[in-house]
Amino acid sequence: MVVPLHHIIAIASLLFSIGVLGVLFRRNAIIVFMSIEIMLNAVNLAFVAFSNYHGNVHGQVFVFFTMTLAAAEVAVGLAIIISLFRNLQTSDITEIHNLKN
Amino acid sequence: MTNLQSTAYFLPELLITGFAVLIVLIDVFIGRAGRNRVIWTLSLTAVVVVGVALYVQPVPGEALFYGSLAADPFSRFFKWIFLLATAIIYFISPYTRQLKDTAQNEYYLFLLLVMLGMFLMASALDLIIIYLSIEIVSIGSFVLAGFLKSDRLSNESSLKYVIYGAFSSGIMLYGLTLLFGLAGSTSIFDVQEALANLPQGSELMALVALVMILVGFGYKISMVPFHFWTPDVYQGAPTTITAYLSVAPKAAGFALLLRVLGITFGADPSIPWEEWVPLTGLPFGVLIAVFAALTMTIGNVLAIQQDSVKRMLAYSSVAHAGYMLMAVTLMNAQALQAIMFYLAVYLFMNLGAFVVAIVVHNQFGYDDIDDWKGLGFKIPLIAVPMGIFLFGLTGLPPTAGFIGKVYLFAVLIAAKQFWWLAVVGVLNSVVSLYYYMRILKVMFMDGEPVDKTVSDHPAMTATVLALMVPVLLLGVYWSPLLELIRSSLRIFSPGL
Repeated sequence: MVVPLHHIIAIASLLFSIGVLGVLFRRNAIIVFMSIEIMLNAVNLAFVAFSNYHGNVHGQVFVFFTMTLAAAEVAVGLAIIISLFRNLQTSDITEIHNLKN
Repeated sequence: MTNLQSTAYFLPELLITGFAVLIVLIDVFIGRAGRNRVIWTLSLTAVVVVGVALYVQPVPGEALFYGSLAADPFSRFFKWIFLLATAIIYFISPYTRQLKDTAQNEYYLFLLLVMLGMFLMASALDLIIIYLSIEIVSIGSFVLAGFLKSDRLSNESSLKYVIYGAFSSGIMLYGLTLLFGLAGSTSIFDVQEALANLPQGSELMALVALVMILVGFGYKISMVPFHFWTPDVYQGAPTTITAYLSVAPKAAGFALLLRVLGITFGADPSIPWEEWVPLTGLPFGVLIAVFAALTMTIGNVLAIQQDSVKRMLAYSSVAHAGYMLMAVTLMNAQALQAIMFYLAVYLFMNLGAFVVAIVVHNQFGYDDIDDWKGLGFKIPLIAVPMGIFLFGLTGLPPTAGFIGKVYLFAVLIAAKQFWWLAVVGVLNSVVSLYYYMRILKVMFMDGEPVDKTVSDHPAMTATVLALMVPVLLLGVYWSPLLELIRSSLRIFSPGL
């Protein structure tokens, strides 16, 4: 059975929206990063679906790059969270507000 | 061009990568003592060598690596801007007190890698390269913003930077997916063709993709409403990095914005665009005009309320992105020229202002505007150039900032479009006068004359004075720069 393109795109946009809402409303920095990962995975799904639809591999190649960069980004992000946690003993982003006028 | 042929025109980027690997290797083999010095020398050598390579390398005006990267005069002009900014930041870093007690090996390495990312940003012709280059710049900048590991503010700024950066590049990536879905190819020229042949009634798809991509680009140039990271990151990051972020990645963002949006969302991909026309049914000009007006106004209004000099300069850099966005609404050859001119001038003015902030921090540890009282008497050699940089940022004659702004406004006036935007721009310049002049007033009017003047390390003073020269000189004699920009206005297009 072939799953039609618009079904996959619907799922991808749903996943993407879940990720966006997670970034906007969750308070823990690690959960925020997880939500960003959900967004990126939605993008990957859409890329693979479009790639399959067009019958070429360009989109699937893009997915490899997205995954690699997402991993690099999270590695840096987690390092920053650890360093912040050492100094402030919290990973709640609403409590981190020393920078202001 | 095939991969092997392309490497001949890819020398600067290859050299940067080579030096980065060399720095990592050398870092392992030398002891802690004197390491900062060795790595600094090596990095500065790298910049000089890359500069020589950039100078001698021919510009074929063709696409490299099977159409992924452009080797054209347009990207070369921007590469000079990045190189100059990086060189200045390298030069002043050892004399910055904030960085005194840190191991700077990674600092220099990441600056070099961020420069590589910007080189790629300026020449990207492919959706994959666009994403890849933006992320190379972003990830390097996250690390640099949080470089002062034991400083809470630096930690916080890099956390905010990572979250905003990852979020907005995620949204941009979704926009890129839509473009790929429409075109079935990752080349921006194929995307343009697909968008131009969209069936009637599906312009909404192009608009959604445009807005999503603008989120990613807008975050790089700190366009309102994607600017929220700017003040926090600028305040918390080491000041050298703040200076860097306010100039180089912003120029890279504009390079990407002009090339990618101009080609992808234009009705006609043949370049240069004497008369640039957006895709039919796409309200490109109005959209950008609204963003430009918001960016200028919010940047300037919030800058007034700041007491921290770094935060004020952050909002001022948001406002300057707005001035340049004014010209993006039309995207014709004149607009490109005005933006490139302004970016070149802005490089000197803004870096100058930040170097002065670094000197003041070195000597007195101040960041609050009110603490700057009487600095005009205490460090006249630094305060007088600061006055000139502030005049330039406001856009007053006889500085280069004035000429830059005149060209930006001339774009709108000559096209007889978006009059209201030009009016908003002029009003904003008046508002900006208030907070720039506040610094001047505090420095020269308040406080008492003192007997003994202070001076920083001669290298810093020399940098400030050297940055002042182009700001003044380009204000009275700018035709060489204009000629350079005119000859750089050739953007790669497969039709030519």
